[in-house]
Amino acid sequence: MTDLEIVSSLPQDERVLLMPLVRTTKTFWRWAIVMIAIAAWGAFAYVYQLHDGLGATGLNTPEYWGIYIICFVFFIGISHAGTLISAILRVANAEWRRSITRSAEFITVLVIGFGAVQPILDLGRPDRVLNVFLHAQPFSPLLWDVLSIGLYFTASSIYLYVPMIPDLARIRDLGLRPRALYAFLAIGYQDTPAARHTLERIIGVLAVAVIPIAVSVHTVIGWIFALTLKPMWHSAIFGPYFVIGAIFSGIAALIIAMTVLRRVYRLEAYFKDVHFNNMGLLLFVTTVVWFYFTFAEHLTVWYGGEESELATLYSKLTGAFAVPFWTMVACCFVIPFVLMARRATRNVAGTTIASIAVVIGMWLERFNIVVPTSLHARIGALPVHYIPSWVEVSIMSGTLAGFILVYMVATKFFPIISIWEIQEGREKSVDQVAERVASYLPDNLAAVDS
Amino acid sequence: MARWGMVIDLDRCNGCQACEIACRSENNIAVGGPQAAGEHRTISWMHVRTEIEGEWPDVRARFVPQPCMHCDRPPCTLVCPVQATSKDHEGIVNQIYARCIGCRYCANACPYTVKFFNWHGPVHPSSAQPGLNPDVSVRPVGVIEKCTFCSHRLQKAREIARVEHRQLREHDYVPACGESCPTGAIVFGNLDDPSHRVAELARDSRAFRLQEGLGTQPKVFYLSRRD
Repeated sequence: MTDLEIVSSLPQDERVLLMPLVRTTKTFWRWAIVMIAIAAWGAFAYVYQLHDGLGATGLNTPEYWGIYIICFVFFIGISHAGTLISAILRVANAEWRRSITRSAEFITVLVIGFGAVQPILDLGRPDRVLNVFLHAQPFSPLLWDVLSIGLYFTASSIYLYVPMIPDLARIRDLGLRPRALYAFLAIGYQDTPAARHTLERIIGVLAVAVIPIAVSVHTVIGWIFALTLKPMWHSAIFGPYFVIGAIFSGIAALIIAMTVLRRVYRLEAYFKDVHFNNMGLLLFVTTVVWFYFTFAEHLTVWYGGEESELATLYSKLTGAFAVPFWTMVACCFVIPFVLMARRATRNVAGTTIASIAVVIGMWLERFNIVVPTSLHARIGALPVHYIPSWVEVSIMSGTLAGFILVYMVATKFFPIISIWEIQEGREKSVDQVAERVASYLPDNLAAVDS
Repeated sequence: MARWGMVIDLDRCNGCQACEIACRSENNIAVGGPQAAGEHRTISWMHVRTEIEGEWPDVRARFVPQPCMHCDRPPCTLVCPVQATSKDHEGIVNQIYARCIGCRYCANACPYTVKFFNWHGPVHPSSAQPGLNPDVSVRPVGVIEKCTFCSHRLQKAREIARVEHRQLREHDYVPACGESCPTGAIVFGNLDDPSHRVAELARDSRAFRLQEGLGTQPKVFYLSRRD
């Protein structure tokens, strides 16, 4: 029997969820080729930059940081989709999480490398990157960043892998190819009740442990800016502001991924309207929180009225950066707020449109943080502009295409929805939830008294 | 222990930029030319800024020569992930070109914008090459460079003093900018030695420092009747 025949003969959950592993359409290959081409172009641009030095970028004095640092914050922000959202939903016992945690965790693990590589692309001497360990300087926020991202990558890889073991064991038992890969990854797991119990306890511990690690990652990224004396960077709110921004863009990225997966792998039965509604509610809450933080940040700057801070602020409100600033406000607040506030637009189309707006808006938010501040030096500010070069734009596109490509490939080797958790949901959690709800209800006084 | 510092008398500066040229030639600063100027990538360890205040007809202009401030609490050294920049025991903020990874965090942390990045490899026109200073290393592409208070001159002066079995005297060690200033606006020396002129001038009633409110405690002082 071929792999396709094996999978076709399985019951619904396994058949639908394992189908992408054994059947690859022409559309997949077309998209893969497009992504490979863009990623290869990005790689070429990087080789060009290596040869030419950072002079190949549009950066200058005092605009020392640009697209690479923006993308660094952006991609690491997207990576908060997975682990953090999935961990919070698990810890909160949100039953609707079952079909979305896996796809979220995959985003984290696969995008974080593309994010972490950005500061290296930005280095003037990438050949000396190991100096960060050889000559580590413990007071540098950049070092904290290396450590927290390293820890986050490790933790979220484990957090992706452990809940996948029962599915890998099932695939191994079915004998799908490549057999050696699944046999290796399943590490001899046998799906007995005792093994399942141990596994769930480990997942429970991991889910709790991973939350503070995820929070630390974007806090430290915020501190990279906040610990300098620069106007509109030197702000105590930046740690939490960056964390909420990361979760915000992460939720949006996850919704987009769900929409695409649902369509290309015919997963309408698994990513249902209720999932988009609930994710839309999460998006709504984070929209409001993001607005609150943004408003608080800008109000304090305006009211304080310090000269260079005000110059930076007005360049965003009415000056050279008015277009990216107000586009950000529209994309991060107006569009998602209007769409997500109404049940009628919290459907697949509505949440997807809001999410695309949020992802664009959050990229612009990082642009608005990084660029205007650098151009408003406290001393001797010159009328300098920053226009990214083709190299920077190519590398950014290549990075995005690279992430999409590895995500596509991952869906061909691993079930993108957790099969055992769906089955567990069908078998157990309906009763468990009924029991849980019953336990919330007031006790019967007559029974208690006696 | 010396604490090297500089006093620049803005009432004496006539904006001739001799300090800039002297610095350029002393420290082998790459010649970027019109291209670097157009890209805002010119490197200038000592830079004479023009400050214009007010509107016509009530305009006041002054020149502010600006080297690295060699802060006693430098924000740039704190953020460097590889200890490529640090303040030495005599207060000079230095840069290790061979260790710098070129992340430009220090350049962003510096409130005075006096750390410069080598966006391209260094270019010295053939006419300038015979005049390169053998005491100062040429910086490679991709690293940060900055004013060092001509610390190679300190090393040299100290060697000579040792050979001659005497203490370092006030005029043994003067950076190129101070040496070249025709109006004597730039004075250099040990801020902790009361016999040095800088120590006296730094306490002058006209003395101020740039962005004093930030708490960086620069060791470059300015003198001006109005601040």
